[in-house]
Amino acid sequence: MSDFSLDIASVAETIEIFSMDFMIRAVVVGLFVSVCAALLGVSLVLKRYAMIGTGLSHIGFAAMIIAGVIDFAPVAFSMVVVVAAAFLLLRLNENSKIKGDSAVALISTGGLATGVIVMGITTGITLQICDILFGNIGILTITQNDMYFSVGLSVLVIVVFVLFYKQLFAVTFDETFAKATGTNVELYKSLLAVLTAVTVVLGMRMMGALLITSLTLFPALSAMRICKRFLSVVIASAIIGVVCFGIGIFFSVSLTLPPGASIVGVNLILFTILSGATWVKKSN
Amino acid sequence: MALISCRDAAFAYDGKTVVEGLNFRVAQGDYLCIVGENGSGKSTLMKGLLGLMRPKSGEISTGDGLKSTQIGYLPQQSSQQKDFPASVYEVVISGTLNRRGIRPFYSWREHEVAEENMEKLGIIPLRKKSFRELSGGQQQRVLLARALCATEKLLLLDEPVSGLDPIVTAELYQTIDTLRRETGVAIIMISHDIRSGVEYAPHILHLQNRQIFFGTTDEYKNSEAGRYFLQGGEFR
Repeated sequence: MSDFSLDIASVAETIEIFSMDFMIRAVVVGLFVSVCAALLGVSLVLKRYAMIGTGLSHIGFAAMIIAGVIDFAPVAFSMVVVVAAAFLLLRLNENSKIKGDSAVALISTGGLATGVIVMGITTGITLQICDILFGNIGILTITQNDMYFSVGLSVLVIVVFVLFYKQLFAVTFDETFAKATGTNVELYKSLLAVLTAVTVVLGMRMMGALLITSLTLFPALSAMRICKRFLSVVIASAIIGVVCFGIGIFFSVSLTLPPGASIVGVNLILFTILSGATWVKKSN
Repeated sequence: MALISCRDAAFAYDGKTVVEGLNFRVAQGDYLCIVGENGSGKSTLMKGLLGLMRPKSGEISTGDGLKSTQIGYLPQQSSQQKDFPASVYEVVISGTLNRRGIRPFYSWREHEVAEENMEKLGIIPLRKKSFRELSGGQQQRVLLARALCATEKLLLLDEPVSGLDPIVTAELYQTIDTLRRETGVAIIMISHDIRSGVEYAPHILHLQNRQIFFGTTDEYKNSEAGRYFLQGGEFR
């Protein structure tokens, strides 16, 4: 019991931490990535592609470790690997003997094992693995350039999403109709996968490889409890993503918890409340 | 000049022929009902008409200024759509995508087209309702309005009344018939409900892994295939 209370930072200390440069940068990046994840999440959930995010983050985990070992730009390296994996997963989802969900499970655990093996052989398994899996702000400090890079890519993801919003709606709602009336369905599915891959890599260091997927799923699922129109689901999802990130990161600092876990925790609580509320409303 | 015509077309999956000997044409204002048992090649032919599948031999061509991407299509509903959060308006206007191409957002023109087609189907009052909360008949009207947004010339309806109760079914057939007479849009309907097909559609195409009849409904009623099928038997 006493250990627990020792870890709680005072409000003044928490505010002080939030005024530090590295923390401001982390919050800025986190907010942008949260918006991207929440926007894409709506299509991923409705298109039954939720597991693709999981598969991608586990591959990202392996890529991150390998990049660390060969000492080569971790974010850029992971980005290339994860985007390639996104295409692979889409193909697997469609026309393979190993069906979608098993394929994702294979790739996820395969990625996890590869990462751990590479780490074990080279640097030895260290505490750092916990940071990669569950996220960290302090150790993997985000530099000024990192921030510009992440914010730039996030803005790009958001702009592309807005520009192709109506195509993404059409492909998500009814792929066959979209295809029959001349929409290049494969192109937009690939676009969705690439945008997801970029978002996963950007969010992975802070949220952790195991938890980044939930940043895409929870806000969208929560928004679907309260909204009936697609556009309102998309907007609500973005707002929920940002708010949960803010609350989660605050508790992460003041309770010294991994940020990924705190943010997912806040999302989980909100989702439970909204689900409960809709359930009560329905049964009345 | 026909909107769409098949000449000796045959379709195959993995080299195995599913349906062959297709020779028919649909012109402006026509109403053709494609009938046949399950597995007779109806769905395959539909994919061919929509340009989602190439014929193994022969050809399917469009004419009269119709592009293959301008066929309004009413698909069989997928389970995925049952819990999809979208308003009626969002669903209807998504049918205009082939007019808009890759230009972002919808212009006033697309909004206008969506309005017109919602009016034709009497679903203006449903505009802000959630698609998933509508009845089966209302959902079909919404999807018909979306199909009309994609075309001015040809509608392809895939089992439009499946899962609907008899009263709603009759209403929907009536709506389709009215649409054709008022707008001149040609209709190709796939149905296993042969009796309604004969009642509403002036032309029948009967498939059984090959084309066994194409002609007017009156001819069909007197043909060997039609007599067997209408009595519930199977033509051999």
